Amino acid sequence: MNRIQQKLQENKKLLSIYFTAGYPNLDDTVSIIQDLEKNGVDMIEIGLPFSDPLADGPTIQASSTQALKNCMTTEVLFNQLKDIRKTVQIPLIIMGYFNPMLQYGVEAFCEKCKEIGIDGLIIPDLPVDVYSEQYQSIFEKYGLINVFLITPQTSVERINFIDSISNGFIYMVSSASVTGSQSGFGTEQTDYFKRIAAMNLKNPQIIGFGISDNKTFSQATEYAKGAIIGSAFIKHLNSNGTRSIKSFLQSILIDKK
Amino acid sequence: MSYNVNEKGYYGEFGGAYIPEMLYPNVEELRQNYLKVMAEPSFKKEFNQLLKDYVGRPSPLYFAKRLSETYNTKIYLKREDLNHTGAHKINNTIGQILMAKRLGKNRIIAETGAGQHGVATATVCALMGLECIVYMGEIDIARQAPNVARMKMLGATVVPALSGSRTLKDATNEAIRDWINNPVDTHYIIGSAIGPHPYPDMVTRFQSVISEEIKWQLQEHEGRENPDYVVACIGGGSNAAGTYYHFLHEDDVNIIAVEAAGLGIDSGESAATSVLGKEGIIHGCKTLLMQTKDGQITEPYSISAGLDYPGVGPMHAHLAKTGRAEFMSITDDDAMKAGLKLCQLEGIIPAIESSHALAIFEHKTFKPDDIIVVSLSGRGDKDLDTYINYFKL
Repeated sequence: MNRIQQKLQENKKLLSIYFTAGYPNLDDTVSIIQDLEKNGVDMIEIGLPFSDPLADGPTIQASSTQALKNCMTTEVLFNQLKDIRKTVQIPLIIMGYFNPMLQYGVEAFCEKCKEIGIDGLIIPDLPVDVYSEQYQSIFEKYGLINVFLITPQTSVERINFIDSISNGFIYMVSSASVTGSQSGFGTEQTDYFKRIAAMNLKNPQIIGFGISDNKTFSQATEYAKGAIIGSAFIKHLNSNGTRSIKSFLQSILIDKK
Repeated sequence: MSYNVNEKGYYGEFGGAYIPEMLYPNVEELRQNYLKVMAEPSFKKEFNQLLKDYVGRPSPLYFAKRLSETYNTKIYLKREDLNHTGAHKINNTIGQILMAKRLGKNRIIAETGAGQHGVATATVCALMGLECIVYMGEIDIARQAPNVARMKMLGATVVPALSGSRTLKDATNEAIRDWINNPVDTHYIIGSAIGPHPYPDMVTRFQSVISEEIKWQLQEHEGRENPDYVVACIGGGSNAAGTYYHFLHEDDVNIIAVEAAGLGIDSGESAATSVLGKEGIIHGCKTLLMQTKDGQITEPYSISAGLDYPGVGPMHAHLAKTGRAEFMSITDDDAMKAGLKLCQLEGIIPAIESSHALAIFEHKTFKPDDIIVVSLSGRGDKDLDTYINYFKL
């Protein structure tokens, strides 16, 4: 069983953190992953920076631009992560846009992920139909879980299709938005969370976009298996540096203690 | 071989819709409806009426006598420069604004580089009384002040794109993000034959009026519908797509696509995507694009703001790959000279984009009885500052 699937079976709400590899400094990647695990994070999304990240808001784009300036590349990231499984046990997911993977070679990329011990991928601009027709068999060959997004506008039929070809979790985008543009959830969102929870999908859901603090984390995990924090963590790194990861996570997980 | 889009949205191996799930409902709504809407008699009637009375179509097919004598061949200019707002761009924005209205959208967004598409969008929004937001790179806003003023006068809100390289590709990213954030009431008017399916096909169809007119106009001039060559400049490729459309499957018509070589193909400052680009994904479609080895999209360069886009439309990528079109690239210097030559020989000041297409006559020899139709995609008023600086006028 894949580490993601194992983690999803644990009887707890999961906290997943997104960060951009190579930010704030090129060589921060490994120490950030280790610190996140040490301080109670259940799963990590490692962002492979891209020049034109369509689904991301200004915070994550700025971190990607900085990471690229720091000379982060696909090759550099794989090198940084080559010994990561000697120290880190929690599931690791690479989140990136499709073009850099296409240039690396999709099969070569997947093979490298397996070799390193990456458990899954999130590729926002690889649509589910293209994936199922052209790439699913490659992902499966290397034991990688591909995670798809759904939004409040996704039709029931399409959600069921996505559920049928997913084998880990479904990434539930909290609202019609790019990353980092929400503050707090209203009834529109909680109604949507309830609607999806009531569908009893085969795959558990993890909510992302708009989770920034203890309150939104608790709200989201009331309806879903877990929640993902991205922009808020990047902002925190930006203002407080990598030494403050512990305090950030304590503020999120405050009532778990 | 088909050069049209297939039912899945591909031209050969290029095209498709590589979009985040957040965009899927918007794009899918458009995909399901665009052909149906375009086929409605009331849509056709309104579209054609506006092209005639508002845009000023048909645009003339002009036999450029002195230019022809100079190069010892027969050159016709398709005068898109005489359209309202000064370029071919308006053909597409008229079509898309009518599409948006029929889909019940009341808010329009667009991206713009030099501002030509932004002006054409602001124009049709004013015409229809719809809200208009135009995304434009911060750097482009600074260097294209007159077009920014035009858009404002027409009632549009111009939003600076502050991310990435702060030019056209980033303005496009920002417009796409706006659409993600406003999935219900907003239509995104893409300005070129790029983007996720069905955009390249829809934009091409709206621009195809150019080649439709060339056919009957050439019949009037020469007693034949097909020229020996059709020539157009290519940035994203919407004027080219419209110029080629009705000739794509006519074997006796040669197609020439002219890209901007900037300071030279190997100078590092170029926009010649068919030479320097590689297959990849940009703004929702698979096509040829300029990128690093690592798959990061790079910033192109051309003296012409309308040609410095790092990709080409997927239809053009297919035309390049199959060899259906001959791709040529023209440097800044050659384009500027060709522009000035047209002024002096024909009394027409062309847009610098179009000057690239005119410059091929210095590099390629045609037979005296060859008939060549060149798309004069826009007029040069907007480029006056560039001409002034270049020629020290």
